[in-house]
Amino acid sequence: MTTQTPLAIEASGLGKSFGTTRAVDGVDLAVPAGTIYGVLGPNGAGKTTTIRMLATLIPPDAGSARVLGHDVVREADAVRELVSLTGQLASVDEELTGRENLVLLGRLLGYSRAAARTRADELLDAFDIAEAAGRLVKHYSGGMRRRLDIAASIVVTPRLMFLDEPTTGLDPRSRNQVWEIVRALVAEGTTILLCTQYLEEADQLADGLAVIDRGRVIAEGTPGNLKASVGTGSLQVRLLDPGRRDEAADLLERAVGPVVLEPDPAALSAVGADAERAAIAVAGLATAGIPLAHFSLQQPSLDEVFLALTGHAADEPSPTADTLQEHAS
Amino acid sequence: MTATTRTTGSADTAAVRRAISSTPRPPRPGRLSAALVFGWRGMLKVKHVPEQLLDVTVTPVMFLLLFTYLFGGAIAGSTSAYLDYTLPGLLVMSVLFTTVYSGISLNTDLTKGVVDRFRSLPIWRPAPLLGSLLGDSVRYVIAGTVIIVVGVALGFRPDGGFTGAVAALALVVVFSFGLSWVFSVLGLLLRSPNAVMNAGFMAIFPLTFLSNVFVDPTTLPGPLEAFVDVNPISVLATASRSLMAGEPDVVAVVVSLAVAAGLAAVFLPLTTRLYRSR
Repeated sequence: MTTQTPLAIEASGLGKSFGTTRAVDGVDLAVPAGTIYGVLGPNGAGKTTTIRMLATLIPPDAGSARVLGHDVVREADAVRELVSLTGQLASVDEELTGRENLVLLGRLLGYSRAAARTRADELLDAFDIAEAAGRLVKHYSGGMRRRLDIAASIVVTPRLMFLDEPTTGLDPRSRNQVWEIVRALVAEGTTILLCTQYLEEADQLADGLAVIDRGRVIAEGTPGNLKASVGTGSLQVRLLDPGRRDEAADLLERAVGPVVLEPDPAALSAVGADAERAAIAVAGLATAGIPLAHFSLQQPSLDEVFLALTGHAADEPSPTADTLQEHAS
Repeated sequence: MTATTRTTGSADTAAVRRAISSTPRPPRPGRLSAALVFGWRGMLKVKHVPEQLLDVTVTPVMFLLLFTYLFGGAIAGSTSAYLDYTLPGLLVMSVLFTTVYSGISLNTDLTKGVVDRFRSLPIWRPAPLLGSLLGDSVRYVIAGTVIIVVGVALGFRPDGGFTGAVAALALVVVFSFGLSWVFSVLGLLLRSPNAVMNAGFMAIFPLTFLSNVFVDPTTLPGPLEAFVDVNPISVLATASRSLMAGEPDVVAVVVSLAVAAGLAAVFLPLTTRLYRSR
């Protein structure tokens, strides 16, 4: 389906080398305004370099990009007025307090001293960091730090936000909080470019996705499309009676696909399950009177998606890119 | 489970929405006010990380005590005569040590990603650098004042009086503005704050000792004396001494200022260029 939504990001043939390393090698992106667009890829795939170019931090050496209608090289200042960065991309100052960080940014964005303070307190309250406002950021918990990062990026609400691995290393509760904030941002009209290594996160948040590997976009689509193209979820079943495992295995093999018998004598899994087939299989087990202790449908992992798309696992760094260099330069 | 996680998400969604939607964009700040905000940030750092300042002021105070009471009598005949000789030089040492921290804090900002945040803002590009200079100058003044106050407590009474001491401090601070850009360049080139600290002190430490800060160079072997005489730190120490004594050595003062201007002329543009491209 083609829509007439204006594009927040249009990049074509974007490229960047560090020394002899081609970190980004001809990336094309078209991100519709008002959506969350995920960029998925392993460390060193070129995600960070791509975003740094789009955010005007480094100039591309090939191709071109327009962000919200402005060229990232010729109209860099206009881009900077409309975008903001979070996470590893742009940090808050650990040697200042949370409130000082927000007041500092408010002042730099043009608020008066009083207005910057009011705005800082409003954000601290909304993001549930008010009680830590006077503490130095280096003493913050991971979740608090991440919320402050995001608050720092919306002192003035940006039209486009680059969000880099917003939930890496967070506990589930903090992760949900961050996701809520991201959804609220989009609901208020901000476009979000989300970089992540987690398929689940992309699945939860993103409307569209690009998978990057070795500096190139290797797949594009909705998270659903992408998983469907891989289609290797697995149905995990645990029986109450280990004695009936062979019977269950026969049934699952017919309903779903190849069955793997787990080391646990009561557990087995069937590879290649989508939600419908899994439901039919589970119903089949119940009909046959085989009692279940537990069952679950595992999503295909990013590893599986990667393996299917690229032929190498996600946690192997892409051979052509050098993570260290990407961050240092 | 979904229900409970949803209710414990304590970032109140309504408040978040309100916070997100209530932001009319203020007009861009002027160049000067952006730089001043960075100056304010520098002051906050002095407040929150006082140990950085302590490090650099304690070492010169230790040297002051050590040299005055251990070697002072042997070098200058009496500890009070030596104090008169060495204190203006230790003022130079104390403040110059502090300049290394300009490079260290710049490198910390760079490695932590704070620089990227500033560079993504629509502000005058040199504002962060000029602003941190402002914060640094407060540090220089504190470091210099500490050593002068300790000296006075030990019996240092310069002939130039209060005015002479202030003039000497002002000259040393101005020189430090020039020198700090050298360390800023190091801060932008090296990999970690520690590497900047090591490289910085490896350069400044021997240069300070191979100057006339501690001893009159006339007793030194010829080649060493020749080096000490042309060492800019000697010139600065001589100028500082003359100002404190109330008999300004105009040549030394002018040469010190010229060296500072020369360092700034080379390293300031280099700093801004590296800052932009890193």
